[in-house]
Amino acid sequence: MIEIVSQITLVLLTLSILLCTFRLVKGPSMADRVVALDTIGLNLIGFIGLVMILQETVLFAEALLIIAILAFISTISFAKFLEGGVVIDR
Amino acid sequence: MVEIIISIFLLTGGILSFLGSIGIIRFPDVYGRLHSATKSATLGVIGILLGTFLFFLILHDLFIGKILLGIIFVFLTAPVGAFMISRTAYNTGIKLWDKSVQDDLKTDIEKEKQKNRQ
Repeated sequence: MIEIVSQITLVLLTLSILLCTFRLVKGPSMADRVVALDTIGLNLIGFIGLVMILQETVLFAEALLIIAILAFISTISFAKFLEGGVVIDR
Repeated sequence: MVEIIISIFLLTGGILSFLGSIGIIRFPDVYGRLHSATKSATLGVIGILLGTFLFFLILHDLFIGKILLGIIFVFLTAPVGAFMISRTAYNTGIKLWDKSVQDDLKTDIEKEKQKNRQ
């Protein structure tokens, strides 16, 4: 049962990433694209959780954390860069 | 019984993520899209991760603290990222939707300018 539910959820997450990709390509401003990228990162974390359930392994837990950290840092640095042109200001 | 609870967590998470992405497509301006992306997609991911944690804890007797760390990290950092993006959007001059009725930040900025002039 959990296997079928995981596969259904994987399909839902795939559709969600497709919709975000549409916004990423089309988005009228750069802020829209950053929002879409942030959401794609969040959905990838869910993907890895579901793959952990489907394959019954715990080896992907580190990958989950690293993708979370990379998504956060890329969002913050894109926001800083779009605002002022500098990522690290003193 | 346990499988039903885990399945409910997983399905709720997936549906919330999907609804968040529909909001990203359908909302008219950046601020509305941030509302949808931050709240709904974050809760969806937290639901999926809780389902994964319970799956390994109950059915496999494995306590994985990294998944809990991931939940706490996503819960803490998604609002920070949304705040930074919205601040950037406002400062770079992206307009609100033309049917918006209230812009409190604009009036506050004008008050601050008048105070600095005096």
